[in-house]
Amino acid sequence: MEIKQTAMVGTLESSDIQISISPNPGKGLDIQLQSVVKAQFGDSIVATIKEVLESFGIKDAIVEAVDRGALEWIIRARTQAVCCYATGTKFDWKGEDK
Amino acid sequence: MINAVGRELPEKIGNYIVKPYAGPKETIQAEHTVCSRRKPSKRTALGTKLLPDLKAAIKATGLADGMTISFHHSFREGDQIIVQVLSAIKELGIRGLRFAPSAVVNIKNPSIVDFVKDGTINRIQASGIRGELGDAVVDGLELAEPVILRPHGARPHAIETGDLSIDVAFIGASAADEFGNCTGQIGQNACGSLGYSFVDAICAENVVVITDNLVDYPCVPISISQMYVDYVVKVEQIGDSAKIGAGAARKTKNPRDLLIAQRAADVMAASRLFKDGYSFQTGAGAISIACTDFLAEHTEKAGIQASYALGGMTANIVEMHKKGLVRALLCSQSFDAVAARAIVDNPNIIEIDNSMYANMFNKSCALNKLNFGVLGALEIDVDFNINILTGSNGEMMSGLGGGPDVADGADISIVTLPIVRGRIPSVVNKVFTCCTPGSSVAVVVTEAGIALNPKHKSYDMLKEDPKKAGIKTVSIEDLLKIAYSLTGVPKPIETTDKITCIVEYRDGTVIDVIRQIKRD
Repeated sequence: MEIKQTAMVGTLESSDIQISISPNPGKGLDIQLQSVVKAQFGDSIVATIKEVLESFGIKDAIVEAVDRGALEWIIRARTQAVCCYATGTKFDWKGEDK
Repeated sequence: MINAVGRELPEKIGNYIVKPYAGPKETIQAEHTVCSRRKPSKRTALGTKLLPDLKAAIKATGLADGMTISFHHSFREGDQIIVQVLSAIKELGIRGLRFAPSAVVNIKNPSIVDFVKDGTINRIQASGIRGELGDAVVDGLELAEPVILRPHGARPHAIETGDLSIDVAFIGASAADEFGNCTGQIGQNACGSLGYSFVDAICAENVVVITDNLVDYPCVPISISQMYVDYVVKVEQIGDSAKIGAGAARKTKNPRDLLIAQRAADVMAASRLFKDGYSFQTGAGAISIACTDFLAEHTEKAGIQASYALGGMTANIVEMHKKGLVRALLCSQSFDAVAARAIVDNPNIIEIDNSMYANMFNKSCALNKLNFGVLGALEIDVDFNINILTGSNGEMMSGLGGGPDVADGADISIVTLPIVRGRIPSVVNKVFTCCTPGSSVAVVVTEAGIALNPKHKSYDMLKEDPKKAGIKTVSIEDLLKIAYSLTGVPKPIETTDKITCIVEYRDGTVIDVIRQIKRD
C-alpha cells in the first residue's frame, strides 16, 4: 500500500509512543526510533512497527517514533492508526477476530 | 572470582583489594580498634573558633592536595554548603580531594561533575551518587579510582576502621554557637537529625561547623558537641528551606501505590510479631508513606502500641507517635519539615547516631532488633536480590541508603514495588546491580501479587501467618512471568570492562560492581 499523506499519531505522555510516517518512494523502510527504553527494548519496538507496516503492505516509508515506554499493544495500535491515516484506509476490524 | 550472590569480581580494582561478599553471617568477627584522628585542641583554652569565612577555615584546617573531606546530606536537594565549600577549596587551588559525603544529592549549577572535571575532586565515596554525577560516573567520568558506594551502616564502620579516614569534616547546621555546639533541629533551615555527622565529628582530624544561624552560647539543643569542633563559620545561607523539606510529604493518590501499601501493611498486621511493643521502619517513598498510614490503622484497630519506629522519619510517623500508636521514634534522618522540627518538642522523639541506627560492627545497632522493615526497590530478581541503584538504561537512579541494612536487620523485610514501571519490568531474571542479597529479603509485595522467600530466616512463620489472615501469595517466578508478559523480555544492558563503582555491603565486602555502560 502507498503512503498518500504524512500522518502523525500518539503523544509524548509517559507510556505512550508518538509515531509519524511520510512517503519514501522507492527507498524502502526507514525507521528512526528515540526511546527511553532503547537499550532494552529498541530492537523489539522496531520489529513491532515493521511487522505492522508489512501487514498494511507498506514497503516504502519514513517512520519517526518517539517512545516513552509504551507497552507492545500500544505500539501496535498507534502504528496501525498512523498507517490508516497515511494510506487513507479504514482499519479492518474483521482481521482482529481471526 | 564469584561472590555469594553470583557476581563476577576481579581480585583487585586498582589499589582496592576486593573482599567478596560471602553470604549472611551468624557471628561478626572484627578485631580492629576503633580509630579516630581527633587531636587535642590546637588553640588556647578560650581562643575563638569563629572564623570570618570558609577560606579562612579551610586554611586553618591545613587542607591540602589529595586529602579527604566529608559532609552530611541532611539538607537534601536544598543543600548550599557543599557547593560553597568546594568553590572555596577550588579558589584556594587545592586539588585531587577525596569527596566522602554520607550521600551525594543532585546539586546543580555548579554540579559535583564540574568539580571533578576541574580536578578539585578525583575520588568519591558515598551511599549514593544520585543525579548528574551518577549518570556521568556510569558513563565513564574520569576519576582516580572507582566510586565506592556503601549503605548507611557501612560508612561509620569504614570510618572507624580507618578505611575512610577523614581529614576535614564540614558539618552544616541550622543553628550553632561560637564554640561549635550545633544542631539541625531549630532555625530557618532546620533539617532535623544530624545523625550522619556524629561519626565524622568524632573521628575526623578537623571539624568545621557551618551555619547561617549563629545563636547565643550555648546552642540548645546540642546535637554535636563543641568538644569535637575546631572551627565555626557563619555563611549567609546554608540551604534553600523550601527544598530541605516543605511541610509534610503529600500522600499519594495513585491507586496502584495505595494497593501495594495496603497489602504490605496487611502482611505486617497478619504476622505473629505484630503485637504490643512491635517495631518498624517504613521510609519515605510514596508507597512507604502510604504504608505508614495503613499500619497506623491496623495498630489502632488492634489496640496496641509499637515500641519504636526507626531510621528516616516522616510527618505521619510523628502523627502516629502523637496518637500514642508508637512510643518512641529513633531518628537518624528527618525526611520532612514536620519530622525535622518534632525532635525538639518531644522527649520520645530522639535524634540518633547513624552508627547506632545501622552499623553492625558497633556494640549493637537498633536495626538488628527491628521487627518490620519496608523497602523500596527498582528491581528484584527470582533470587530476591534487590537493585536500588541503577535504572533500565544503566543510569544511576538512586542511592543505597539504609536499604541493605534494613533488609538484613529486620525480622521481616518487605520489598514494595509496582510489577512494571512503564515498559520496565520490576521483577526480572537477574538484577543489573545487586545491592541487597536475596537471602535477607522476606516478602515482595506488588499489585500483581505477594511472594514469600522460601530461603528467608523467617519463612517458617511467613508461610503460616498471612495464610491464616486470608492473604494469598504467589511465587516469585509467577511475578516474573506476569511482568515479562506485559513488557517482553528485556535485552541485557551492555557494559565495557571498566569498573566505575564498587558496591559494598553492610559488612564491608563487595556485593557487586557497576561497569561503564556501553553507549551507541
